[in-house]
Amino acid sequence: MSTDLSDVATDTTFPPPSLVRARLPRQATLIVGVLALALAVLGGPLLTGASWYSVPFVAGLLLVVLLPLWSLQVEGRRAAVDRLVTLLVTYAVTLALVPLVWVLAYTVIQGLPAINWAFLTKDQTTTLDPVTFKQMPGAGVLHAIVGTLLITLGATIISVPIGLLTAIYLVEYGAKSRMARIITVLVDVMTGIPSIVAGLFAVALFTQFGSVGTRIGFMGSVALSLLMIPTVVRSGEEMMRLVPADLREASYALGVPKWRTILKVVVPTAFGGILTGVMLAVSRVIGETAPLLVAVGTVDYMNTNLFSGRMQTLPVFIVSKYKQGADLLELAWGAALILVILVMVLNLTARIIGKIFAPKTGR
Amino acid sequence: MNLTTTEPAEVSDTLSGGSQRGDRVFHGLAFAAGASIMVALAGVFIFLAIRGAAGFSAATGLYQPYTSFVPYAAGLLFGTALVAVLAMIIAVPFAVGVALFLTHYAPRPLSTVIAYLIDLLAAVPSVVFGLWGLKALGPALLPIQRWLNEHLGFIPFFAGEVSATGRTVFLAAIVLAIMVLPITTAICREVFGQTPRLHEEAALALGATRWEMIRYAVLPHSRSGIIAGTMLGLGRALGETMAVLLVLNASGPKITWHLLTSDNPATIASNIAQNFQGENIDLQVVLLATGLVLFVFTFLVNFAARWVVIRSERKFQ
Amino acid sequence: MAKSIDVSDLNIYYGDFLAVEGVNMTVKARSVTAFIGPSGCGKSTFLRSLNRMHEVIPGARVEGKVVVDGQSLYDPSVDPVAVRRQIGMVFQRPNPFPTMSIYDNVLAGKRLNAKKVKKSEADALVEKSLRGANLWSEVKDRLDKPGMGLSGGQQQRLCIARAIAVEPEVLLMDEPCSALDPISTSAIEDLIHELKSDYTIVIVTHNMQQAARVSDDTGFFNLKATGEPGHLVEFNPTKKMFTAPDNDATEAYISGRFG
Repeated sequence: MSTDLSDVATDTTFPPPSLVRARLPRQATLIVGVLALALAVLGGPLLTGASWYSVPFVAGLLLVVLLPLWSLQVEGRRAAVDRLVTLLVTYAVTLALVPLVWVLAYTVIQGLPAINWAFLTKDQTTTLDPVTFKQMPGAGVLHAIVGTLLITLGATIISVPIGLLTAIYLVEYGAKSRMARIITVLVDVMTGIPSIVAGLFAVALFTQFGSVGTRIGFMGSVALSLLMIPTVVRSGEEMMRLVPADLREASYALGVPKWRTILKVVVPTAFGGILTGVMLAVSRVIGETAPLLVAVGTVDYMNTNLFSGRMQTLPVFIVSKYKQGADLLELAWGAALILVILVMVLNLTARIIGKIFAPKTGR
Repeated sequence: MNLTTTEPAEVSDTLSGGSQRGDRVFHGLAFAAGASIMVALAGVFIFLAIRGAAGFSAATGLYQPYTSFVPYAAGLLFGTALVAVLAMIIAVPFAVGVALFLTHYAPRPLSTVIAYLIDLLAAVPSVVFGLWGLKALGPALLPIQRWLNEHLGFIPFFAGEVSATGRTVFLAAIVLAIMVLPITTAICREVFGQTPRLHEEAALALGATRWEMIRYAVLPHSRSGIIAGTMLGLGRALGETMAVLLVLNASGPKITWHLLTSDNPATIASNIAQNFQGENIDLQVVLLATGLVLFVFTFLVNFAARWVVIRSERKFQ
Repeated sequence: MAKSIDVSDLNIYYGDFLAVEGVNMTVKARSVTAFIGPSGCGKSTFLRSLNRMHEVIPGARVEGKVVVDGQSLYDPSVDPVAVRRQIGMVFQRPNPFPTMSIYDNVLAGKRLNAKKVKKSEADALVEKSLRGANLWSEVKDRLDKPGMGLSGGQQQRLCIARAIAVEPEVLLMDEPCSALDPISTSAIEDLIHELKSDYTIVIVTHNMQQAARVSDDTGFFNLKATGEPGHLVEFNPTKKMFTAPDNDATEAYISGRFG
């Protein structure tokens, strides 16, 4: 205790000065921050000709050293540690947000030049130029967009009924049974299945019953549904648990059987939340690459039949164009941009729907 | 709302037992869906085992640079674990920091926005992370890799000749760290937020600063949650494929501690994605077998994580 | 070392909501002051404003003055952390740190302030604090066991020991017995009597008999109407309060004709 009393303020207006401690001015962080920035600019680009990129790092470093040191001098060790941690935590957040902004901005910058009408309406089939008789490489990714949408749709059609029925079982029927507990754990474990293992599973399953080289779009749907189901179960479960018990009881009291109560009362009440969950699940799998790479393969032309022949998808298209060489990288980035837009739109729509429906289910 | 529209005829039906059958059918359907999840998980194991069985003892030429399955899989597992563990070493401090910021430092509106942005990071497709890591982050980190090699080269991790492209284990670990950050952050955030107010106030009332309060009340309460979040992130990192495939310049299964050279160990997942598209069916069988190894390994890690969570839930009940 | 507290024109807010309005009072040093009143009248809120715990809740703020021995607690130069160290607090529900042993719980506050505490010094402090909280004889053989293993009443006394281990001048108690059985309650009440000689004690209680038993002065808080801020209706020596209160509302509340 004596150590704390030793660095109290010398302000004499308060006779027993124990509560008042010398503290840094309110804007101490700002002051040191500006100072650090000035030093970084002066000592970096201006005087030594270092890169401007170094400025935020040097300034950040100076701030995180100088402010706690100042605090240590004036406020004591404890306050200095507190300030140091506050700075570190803030840095962690700032640094964590850098990749997000960087990835998105980089994708837009690299991908935008590739996007034009032909890119969105043609596939990659090589054509013969009627005038010069040269082989023209395909210009578009329509086949990949269609493939991605079809395969994801297939996965959704498999996952949603299974996922929601499982959620219904867990919430309405299984309650606290042994079976329900086992399923809950398995769903958790399923969340952790590596996506490539899901793809291998589809391959193993279909080649067991088909020919060895089988690669069809539906295999991709099966692989993706394995990744989607746990997310759908989780959100469905969560949302249905939010439906108040008295709503159910009101329905039972009217003589409505349980299964109709579930379909007509519980599911509609939780609908917004369930929809959000499904869309988030879709946005999670729509960008999956590895399972499609092994289970669906890649082609250059449009194939709209999920049950016959290989299909192209955006993620796999990106990888294959990257592998084919540097001059095709622009196509890869264009496809990446479309994929990112697709994912972000789904994600945002899901959140907005969730926001709109949230107050209703919350009550 | 639907209640009022239920026709009286329906209601009287229930007395005759007509709807009981409906209930039984629906119950059966729901149960079947739940059971199908068990079947699916068992199916993953069984089909991988059936199709991959031959891969455990295939022709020796398929296990290059080794000659049998065990060292081959061990080499791949080493690469997988090395990259994933490094990723977690980088990601966990950030995840804890971000989660603390969200629960104990930021005002509510800011916290909501940042939580959303961090979640958005999880939505970016891994192939995009891969391309970005390759083309943008890799070159940007190259000077750092050189610096580490120059000044800390005496540490085995940073020894060797620095890769000219920057496509190293170091880079792969950083990209993976970014990718697992959201899931680990989400779990840390949840447990930090559940710290009893009572304990936080107990610390504050003793005259603790914010950090001291966190150290006394929040962190002890959240220890198992942080462990669980770390292991779930680890599970994700172990199985990540595309980002590693694109970012890492891998030269097959191998065991090396050098993080900055151009001679890097492949991971199970990236090795599968790299070689599965070829026409070599025998090699595909071997890859299926390694897939089974990956599945079992991640299964164990995830299971351990859940076990930690369940055990700690019991403790606090 | 005990100190008196002067409160003048204190308004307490949660965001824009005025929770407690215009409180004036003087809490005497080395005495027990009790606050009584119906639920939600702001007595706990007021108590928390006396050691700046109120502002821990986002958006909460205070207008007016709280002066402890000539120092204004809400002066910008005052460090809330220092305030809380000198004005200790005991909460409604016992809240020992769950991961710490009994020994470490008592030392928790001390360890914040000194980097290293000598073993002999620490032992002495633990014993002194636990004796001060009438807990020593019950726990002296299991100091290394977790604090959560104690009974509710023992836990609460452990929290009191933890609070007095940092040698505060004032001890605030927010309904310290509301989660305890009658025997534990009487143990705490006895303890309050003993602590009075060294500390200024302010206690919020729901139990009027308790206020009558332990306190020297009593303040009655009430709401003017639902939705209106709480305010201090009457502040008088406990004897007077329970025999001849100045205010009709106080009498109505005390005699159970409240409402």
